[in-house]
Amino acid sequence: METILFELNGQNLEALVGESILQAADRAGVADIPRLCYKEGYRTDGNCRSCVVEIEGERVLAPSCCRYPQQGMKVNSISERAVHSQKMVLELLLADMPESGKSPYTPNSELDEWVEKLGISKPRFSRRVQPAFDNSHPAMSVNLDTCIQCTRCVRACREVQVNDVIGMAFRGSHAEIVFDFGDPMGDSTCVGCGECVQACPTGALMPANDVGLAVPDKKVESVCPYCGVGCLLTYHVKEGKLLRVDGREGPANHERLCVKGRYGFDYVHHPDRLTKPLIRRKDAPKTIELLQPKDWQKVFREATWEEALDFAADGFSKIRDENGPDALAAFGCAKGSNEEAYLLQKLVRTGFGTNNIDHCTRLCHASSVNALLEGIGSGAVSNPFTDVTEAEVIFVIGANPIGNHPVAATFMKNAVKAGKKLILVDPRRTALSRHATYNLQFRPDTDVALLNSLMHVIIEENLCDEKYITEHTTDFEKLKSNVADYSPEKVAPICGIPEETLREVARTFATAESAIILWGMGISQHIHGTDNSRCLIALSLMTGQIGRPGTGLHPLRGQNNVQGTSDMGLIPMFFPDYKSVTDPENKKWFEDFWKTPLNPKTGLTVVEIVDAVHSGDVRGMYVEGENPAMSDPNLNHARGALSMLDHLVVQDIFLTETAGFADVIFPASAFPEKSGTFTNSNRQVQLGRQAINPPGDARQDWWIIQEVARRLGLDWSYDGPEQIFTEIRKATPSMAGITWERLQKEHSVTYPCSKEGDPGEAIVFRKGFPTVNKKARFVPAKYTHADEMPDEEFPFVFITSRQLEHWHTGSMTRRATVLNAIEPYPVIHVNPDDLQKLGVEPGEAVTIESRRGKISTFARQDQGVQRGNLFMSFGYNEAAANLITSSVLDPFGKIPEVKFCAVRISAGGNPEMRIG
Amino acid sequence: MALVSDIADRIVVMYKGDIVEKGAKSFSSHGRRGRKGLRAFSVSGRVQKPGVHLAPAGISMLELIDEYCGGMLNGHSFYGYFPGGASGGMLPASLGDLPLDFDTLQEHGTFIGSAAVIVFSDQDSARKLALNAMRFFEHESCGQCTPCRVGTAKAIPLMEQKTWNKSLLEELSQTMEDASICGLGQAAPNPLRCVMKYFPQEV
Ligand code: SF4
Ligand code: SF4
Ligand code: SF4
Ligand code: FES
Repeated sequence: METILFELNGQNLEALVGESILQAADRAGVADIPRLCYKEGYRTDGNCRSCVVEIEGERVLAPSCCRYPQQGMKVNSISERAVHSQKMVLELLLADMPESGKSPYTPNSELDEWVEKLGISKPRFSRRVQPAFDNSHPAMSVNLDTCIQCTRCVRACREVQVNDVIGMAFRGSHAEIVFDFGDPMGDSTCVGCGECVQACPTGALMPANDVGLAVPDKKVESVCPYCGVGCLLTYHVKEGKLLRVDGREGPANHERLCVKGRYGFDYVHHPDRLTKPLIRRKDAPKTIELLQPKDWQKVFREATWEEALDFAADGFSKIRDENGPDALAAFGCAKGSNEEAYLLQKLVRTGFGTNNIDHCTRLCHASSVNALLEGIGSGAVSNPFTDVTEAEVIFVIGANPIGNHPVAATFMKNAVKAGKKLILVDPRRTALSRHATYNLQFRPDTDVALLNSLMHVIIEENLCDEKYITEHTTDFEKLKSNVADYSPEKVAPICGIPEETLREVARTFATAESAIILWGMGISQHIHGTDNSRCLIALSLMTGQIGRPGTGLHPLRGQNNVQGTSDMGLIPMFFPDYKSVTDPENKKWFEDFWKTPLNPKTGLTVVEIVDAVHSGDVRGMYVEGENPAMSDPNLNHARGALSMLDHLVVQDIFLTETAGFADVIFPASAFPEKSGTFTNSNRQVQLGRQAINPPGDARQDWWIIQEVARRLGLDWSYDGPEQIFTEIRKATPSMAGITWERLQKEHSVTYPCSKEGDPGEAIVFRKGFPTVNKKARFVPAKYTHADEMPDEEFPFVFITSRQLEHWHTGSMTRRATVLNAIEPYPVIHVNPDDLQKLGVEPGEAVTIESRRGKISTFARQDQGVQRGNLFMSFGYNEAAANLITSSVLDPFGKIPEVKFCAVRISAGGNPEMRIG
Repeated sequence: MALVSDIADRIVVMYKGDIVEKGAKSFSSHGRRGRKGLRAFSVSGRVQKPGVHLAPAGISMLELIDEYCGGMLNGHSFYGYFPGGASGGMLPASLGDLPLDFDTLQEHGTFIGSAAVIVFSDQDSARKLALNAMRFFEHESCGQCTPCRVGTAKAIPLMEQKTWNKSLLEELSQTMEDASICGLGQAAPNPLRCVMKYFPQEV
């Protein structure tokens, strides 16, 4: 490696190319140069001047954080002259701090640290007139009396997270950071990511309510419990309670977090937590109505663990023995760890004797996984989302990453800032739209037509990668003849995107050096979800945009561990590692491994299980962590099923909408209360470490599953996650090389990693595909309509979506103080023209009705929503969007079409009472 | 400041016009004390004829006042001058015979800049003028770096004291000069340093 030889404080030093004097000094440990505006990983700004050094032959001092050594340069950081100014800068800044001298907001003020190190005594200058406090934000306090104008927050907000909220306003000694146009932080467009707080060196920006002042008893390195980005974080714990959360370095987040990860953790201490096993009272009949958690005593009584476990297991064995194994089913949970998922599917397969095990992946990316397995032989992503920074073109379709994968979105925004092209294809203009090079706001439901037309252009204009197609794929001819019908002329009026734009986008994608495709549930949650994904796969293959850095296919996984739970076989058709349950060889292998005969029949999926309850085929269920009474489509039907079960065991941390239907409820452990591995969207297996204990008599999930298993006659004696993980490695060859010790050391290891010591492959398909002939297959798709098209009676399209602040059914986030304060009520996003026609002002109530249900909610005006479309998230039990949705399934992925159904909307109505 | 640089721009244009009309030879025939050519001085303050005066390079302040500015205002006697605008520092009348050019002035801790000369008299106070200059810099500071943003603001109250804390002001000046990002902060302490050096009786 090329280095630069220079002299620092009389010592010879080698700097790497691109390294500043300060960095070289740090690396060599030669000098402890003060610094304040400098933050590792951020662009240097060189404004505080506390890091100045003397360079021989130069008239003035130089800022070492942004001066780069040159061969033979003679630098001194400890000369009288340099130190004089370093100290003077600190003294000047200290003079403007509040009376107390030290920052009253944080014990870790970097200014205070340097002041102490350099021995600055009481400043000899007068204090400025201090700016006012701003406590308008529920999560953060703004104490500009300790601001040193270092602009770290500005860079945090504008350059790192690219939220463009904070700016530096005014001049000279009036210079001040402002939010938007000088608004109070709580009224600004701030999205609460807290990057600025993490960046601020003096406590001028801090978590609200002085939590930053408390000194934690311990810090525990763990993972965020929310989305598939898989940000690594640190829990600060005091007296058994979570104080606060900081982002820490991880491959998927580089210290960044979003509002949920950083400020959405106090749900674990909510008084609604379940702390005792509960058994349904004999005099409490099941109805379709939801139970108010505070009324729990009307329906349940407390029980000991012994009694509850026996009761639960007896109910299962009775049904298994009387009605057969397939009368039992279980829903697992993509929030749980790999170890929990592995145990639960093992329990269902070996203890219940059925493959009726599924979880929310079915409502998420089941269709994408189906298409990926069929086309390229692997359901996981080909490249990490952080590869957007390597790509020339980024193609995002059917996703709202700023809302749902906020930290992944920051990398997309960084890439755009660095000159990459972003093609954003979505029926709704979202926050990412302003960064997009091309915004294709197409008509919902026309994905296949649109994507086929792009492929049509690529073929017509000879932009295919012929060599790649020949070497690595089959069935291209089938695709070619299929897309021949989809000329842009024909498709433009269907999808609403001008012909020329379609052509330009096709050319941009095909001719890029590297282009990556990322998609979300806008693609998957349709009856043509599998077809949508097939088109994306074909687009990537025909242009050879796969198998290299900055290319590939990345379905953005929703839940923090939905990748892992699927890998663990928490799905009805696969054993761990996607081994088909119907393949006799696999069955034999697992029968030997688990020493039990196994059921050869593919199990039922989420919606099929609900239907099977209605038909009387499934009579008993174990629901671990899932909340089908909120998350399933057509809730009246789903809740009906839950109320019909002979035996329902629910294991959760709260008395969820689903738990109200249970016969037995097990109080389980929340994320920070357990250790285990979690696999994010990038296939990074990451270690979550227990930070606090479960409350009351709540127990570890793995322990509860094991106790049920034992009572069903299984001879289990796992002593904890590490031992379970060791078994997982044997059952999952692609993770075989990952050891617990390595996870403890490295926190995050990417699979495939089949041998110990392998680095782990971040980018796969470099040399072909994991299929029989090592080739990928084109699967053509024809444009079809959604199941329920709008008509005169139900003229609007209802689309479920997500919000930044809330997660899934809201059981955690609506009990997180900050998140609930930011988004307390159910809202539906409506185009302003439609609102006006309805005579409804933003914020007023509207009523939505479909063929299946009716809800009332508050209208939010949204310019980004097309006329005739409505967007709503499904986490509000007082206006449950899934009462409206349809449960018609994609025939391949068995995913319900929650992204499209017909409704009517009218002014007025009253949202129901919130449950919980 | 905007005004000063505006004037400077016009001076350049004037020169060019002159050189074009009269030829370079005529231009270089002017000059005193070994300097060649003409130079425009924008003189303001306590003189009879303020304004832009075209004078030989190398001329001294005293000569400029007498020969081009019609002398001091009635009742005013020459006390000191800013040779180059607010940031160029200030010199006492006793150094009124220095040639007004870069090299000579620099040795005395001042500079001529674009020759925006300000003349002050016995009815003025050098410390008041320096304070005024500091307020001007505080106002003009962009606020990016600490030495300038905070330094100018902290210097003002110190300079308002009846007796200056000279050692502290000198310490501050050194950092402003050494560690500010741009020329504004680097030159901002010039007037106050000159007061301490040349008008010590006032502070
Ligand atoms: S919290 Fe995030 S969005 Fe809000 S001001 Fe800070 S950096 Fe910007
Ligand atoms: S608020 Fe903090 S990070 Fe922002 S400029 Fe002030 S001191 Fe720096
Ligand atoms: S982006 Fe996802 S993983 Fe990261 S902090 Fe937010 S919710 Fe957690
Ligand atoms: S750390 Fe170098 S100028 Fe602030």
